[in-house]
Amino acid sequence: MSSPEFSAGEAPAEKVTEVSGTGIPVRGNDIDTDQVIPARFMKVVTFDGLGQFAFFDQRFDDEDNEKDHPFNEERYQGANVLVVNANFGCGSSREHAPQALMRWGIDAVVGESFAEIFAGNCLALGVPTVTADQESIEALQDYVEAHPDAEIDIDVAAETITYDDTVIDATVHDAQRKALVEGVWDTTALMGANAGAVRETARSLPYIPDAHVPEDGA
Amino acid sequence: MSDGTLYDKVWDRHKVTRLPTGQDQLFVGLHLVHEVTSPQAFGMLREREQGVAFPKRTHATVDHIVPTGNRDRPYRDEAAENMMAELEENVRGSGIDFSDPDSGDQGIVHVIGPEQGLTQPGMTIVCGDSHTSTHGAFGALAFGIGTSQIRDVLATGCVAMEKQKVRKIEVTGELGEGVTAKDIILTIIGKLGTDGGVGYVYEYAGEAIEDLGMEGRMSICNMSIEGGARAGYVNPDETTYEWLRETDAFNDDPEEFERLKPYWESVRTDDDAEYDDVVTIDGSAIEPTVTWGTTPGQTAGITEPIPDPDDLPAEDRDTARRAQKHMRVEPGDTMEGYDVDVAFLGSCTNARLKDLREAAAFVEGREVDDDVRAMVVPGSQRVRDAAEAEGLDEVFVDAGFDWREPGCSMCLGMNDDQLEGDEASASSSNRNFVGRQGSKDGRTVLMSPIMVAAAAVTGEVTDVREMEEVATV
Repeated sequence: MSSPEFSAGEAPAEKVTEVSGTGIPVRGNDIDTDQVIPARFMKVVTFDGLGQFAFFDQRFDDEDNEKDHPFNEERYQGANVLVVNANFGCGSSREHAPQALMRWGIDAVVGESFAEIFAGNCLALGVPTVTADQESIEALQDYVEAHPDAEIDIDVAAETITYDDTVIDATVHDAQRKALVEGVWDTTALMGANAGAVRETARSLPYIPDAHVPEDGA
Repeated sequence: MSDGTLYDKVWDRHKVTRLPTGQDQLFVGLHLVHEVTSPQAFGMLREREQGVAFPKRTHATVDHIVPTGNRDRPYRDEAAENMMAELEENVRGSGIDFSDPDSGDQGIVHVIGPEQGLTQPGMTIVCGDSHTSTHGAFGALAFGIGTSQIRDVLATGCVAMEKQKVRKIEVTGELGEGVTAKDIILTIIGKLGTDGGVGYVYEYAGEAIEDLGMEGRMSICNMSIEGGARAGYVNPDETTYEWLRETDAFNDDPEEFERLKPYWESVRTDDDAEYDDVVTIDGSAIEPTVTWGTTPGQTAGITEPIPDPDDLPAEDRDTARRAQKHMRVEPGDTMEGYDVDVAFLGSCTNARLKDLREAAAFVEGREVDDDVRAMVVPGSQRVRDAAEAEGLDEVFVDAGFDWREPGCSMCLGMNDDQLEGDEASASSSNRNFVGRQGSKDGRTVLMSPIMVAAAAVTGEVTDVREMEEVATV
């Protein structure tokens, strides 16, 4: 699949039923979104060009010399399946983090577990966050390191990750799976259809003055 | 028949419908906006040729990039100036109220909402900032969202969410001398872990929580996200109502206060409500607590030894080893005596008037250590003005602190306030991630405002309780 971009007009809510491609492992638990993209790169008013800053401080020293990091390694250039460990994406709610990963080329993230806001932000971009047990994930990371050119197939609907002769029994959170598989992850369009009911809910709340609720048909 | 927890009740009142994804569409009662996470959302809206659905339920301020020194426009930092200009254009074109620096109301978004009375019990509150959980201190359901969700809220007044489980965290007993709300939340995260709250909303209860003022409750709810819980709340009570009465929303309109109070009372968790999980923590056993590592869950009481990674659960060992190497600490040592170069008193966790008062009371008559650069960054212009009216600025300045303009500042290092090189900071903020305070070799030790004050004076992490004894001799 190709990553949907929100750069032109109405965002498409295309169906994301599967992601296939080569992998890139980034090991370690509790990798926070400050590591994924340091705050200084967020002084921008668009998400364009954020891909080059993914994991920046892990990839470069003070003199901008490359350090050891999978995102710097030639063999992983072109990879689109990021394989991580536990509690990935914790900390700041910055959507800049999944935006940077997506713009670097990542179409799906596979890991032991994800922080909630990060997983929600990925869904809003049509990027699945797929979980599996620690042993399976570590085995997949080992495999990717040994076979950087090998294809990994993620079946979002069937909740499986397939590589070599191995099929991992994975989990895609229910709402996320439904949204991706049915192409209803564009929640702006989805919720915009219920504008009348929204106004009704707003008017039912004692703390919302009538003047704060737009007129019907407005 | 129980209607459940505050979370259940507020959720039900704001639920518009069930979406095809199985998520609920929730109406958002208050949408707070700042300059860093909103410009792309406004951009997406323009591309879709949509307007802001509920501008009067939206409120903006500038905090993350705003300078805390010279604030003359244009800002010296061109990128910061661009972001500020973009925000001004976005909010003014949409009819959104804006607490800008000229208004006298500017400040950190999680400080200004509560102080202006925008934040009220029983509301749903969102902001493109993970520390939105702060507002739960008022019995609101408040959580951080990403930029695409900001677009959702701007365009529809709603978010799509799944309901989560509720964990009650009961903090019993009375806090000891020198122990604050910050120590409670650092202890909770240390016990339950940085991902212990994933899938949960935290309800904070118990004597130690009820005894806290609103500032303390905000410090605790603020760091819910550091424990993995997207939201945390305290049921509203007289303490909450006392705060609300003094805010802009009600100080001239006691009738409106009385009109809304029954709603606030009605959303309190029922006595017979059932929780998905209950955790009890003995508040009287909590010490002044600090972090020794690079996640907010790596904490220790000031007299407790830093753990040996080999003694930790398997999944925590690598993170602990990396953290101890970065921080240059050894298992078995305590954090007491850890040298600091910087003392930062600020952030949405701890930069309210009470925090400043407590730190100032400690600092008065003392001097900042020669090797420490110390700064106070009030949470808002109103906090700054109120502190100056009490003379707190003079106390800090006389002691050797820099007294600055409000903003997020060195909590995340998006303006000029940053650690340099491998400086170590005693910080009243919320995150000790590697690089968080602006230098990737910088070292952050999280602690309460009075512990920051003590570290500023001694130049090292210090047990504030011992200092107080010295002072009274």
